[in-house]
Amino acid sequence: MVIGGVLGPLLLAGVAVILPALVARVLGRLLRTSLLLSLPIAVSVLVVNLFFYPGGATVLLQLGPITATAEGLAFAVEVLARIMAISGAITLFYLTTPPGELVIDLERRGVSPRLAFVVNASAQTVPAMVERAAAITDAQRARGLDTQGSLWRRIRGVVPLAGPMLLGSLAEVEERTMALEARGFTRPGRRTLLWSPPDRGIERLARWALVASIPALIVLRAMGALG
Amino acid sequence: MLALEHVSYRYAGAPRPSLHEIDVALADGEVLGVVGASGAGKTTLCLVASGLAPRTVGGSLSGRLLLDAGDVAGWPIHRLAGTVAIAFANPATQLSGVTGTVYEEVAFGPMNLGLPRDEIIERCASALEQLAIADLADRHPARLSGGQQQLVALAGMLAMRPRHLVLDEPTAQLDPAGTALVAAALSRLVAGGASILLTEHKTDLLARLCSRVAVLDGGRVAFEGPAVVVLSDPRLAELGVTPPAADRLRQAASEADLAAATLQRVDEALAG
Repeated sequence: MVIGGVLGPLLLAGVAVILPALVARVLGRLLRTSLLLSLPIAVSVLVVNLFFYPGGATVLLQLGPITATAEGLAFAVEVLARIMAISGAITLFYLTTPPGELVIDLERRGVSPRLAFVVNASAQTVPAMVERAAAITDAQRARGLDTQGSLWRRIRGVVPLAGPMLLGSLAEVEERTMALEARGFTRPGRRTLLWSPPDRGIERLARWALVASIPALIVLRAMGALG
Repeated sequence: MLALEHVSYRYAGAPRPSLHEIDVALADGEVLGVVGASGAGKTTLCLVASGLAPRTVGGSLSGRLLLDAGDVAGWPIHRLAGTVAIAFANPATQLSGVTGTVYEEVAFGPMNLGLPRDEIIERCASALEQLAIADLADRHPARLSGGQQQLVALAGMLAMRPRHLVLDEPTAQLDPAGTALVAAALSRLVAGGASILLTEHKTDLLARLCSRVAVLDGGRVAFEGPAVVVLSDPRLAELGVTPPAADRLRQAASEADLAAATLQRVDEALAG
């Protein structure tokens, strides 16, 4: 949002997303994932701005009562550039940062162990839920539930799957809580951490450079130097 | 010493208590086995003996839980964690769910206690070795079988080095080899002076480990005594407990009207 126009966000994405992704050797996955991630909103942005941009005067295409304008297209491309930069940054973070390492590092820097646990548990809940859903689906199929075929049949199959999924998860919460408490989880004070992720000088420098670039970009924007 | 004195416990919202006037005491280095049909109150007894009920579970408790002769009524749960450990039958819920390796999972409890790093490493190595799962150290806990997960959960408990252990059917998902490993680890703990309250349906394991056994029925102690006496008591079957295989065989041999010499050979073989 700080950098206007099309080239600004793309330049930022190139320096802060594409280049690190190349170094981390995840560029292919990054492009695939971030494009998939941003596709629905990108289509929406393009259609809405192309045809319904207020004050658009240069007509590109007339489809009955709807008019596509050059101003709308230019604005849509500008927004798309920003969306690509944002989704690229999120995807890069996801591809290069294991949740466990992130949480340990946060904890090492003073974040409460409970908050760190919540972050970590949330990140690991999705695969666990997927596995549980697969097991319940198999169990229900074995008892004759039809979870394939027409859309209506699939919808009807959701209820017998969601019930055990939800109730099973809730039933586990109490026992898991007890197990955690019995292992000293609620003890006040700092935990002992056995290791911390390596943090090289170049990585620290890159982080500080990114942090320092934020006020610099805001100042440049205010001065009108970024379009 | 771990003791329950005149303990009654009722879950929140339950119409009647799940435990009635329980009096049990374990000396240091003693294993007390607890048997009973499903719903007899075994798990509730474990929750109370570990201090989790009512602290975490809620409900109302009367009577006293004593650890090493001291009443622990005012202790917070994290203080109890360094003294009493508990293991449940379901391994999936005993794992923290936030660790990426078995090693980290075993270290989770000692890390919470804020122990020195070197001590944690030594405890983890020892616990993994005791349960013969050192080769699983780098595996993800969620990718293990139920039996392996149970061994990991027990290793996590051993790494806490508690003075008292409360084990609620800890071998429910283990094969005979896994059960033997757990039995050996528990024997070592007992030799070191730990006291263990162990609920089990595997009465053969109780016969091997326990000095005394208590039989629960409807939340009350129906009878209690030396393991060898209680586990051969004919009332066991009436209370929904399967006696050890040796006792069943001895009983069957006796009922088959075998010659005295044959019976004696059966007894000698079982004793051997």
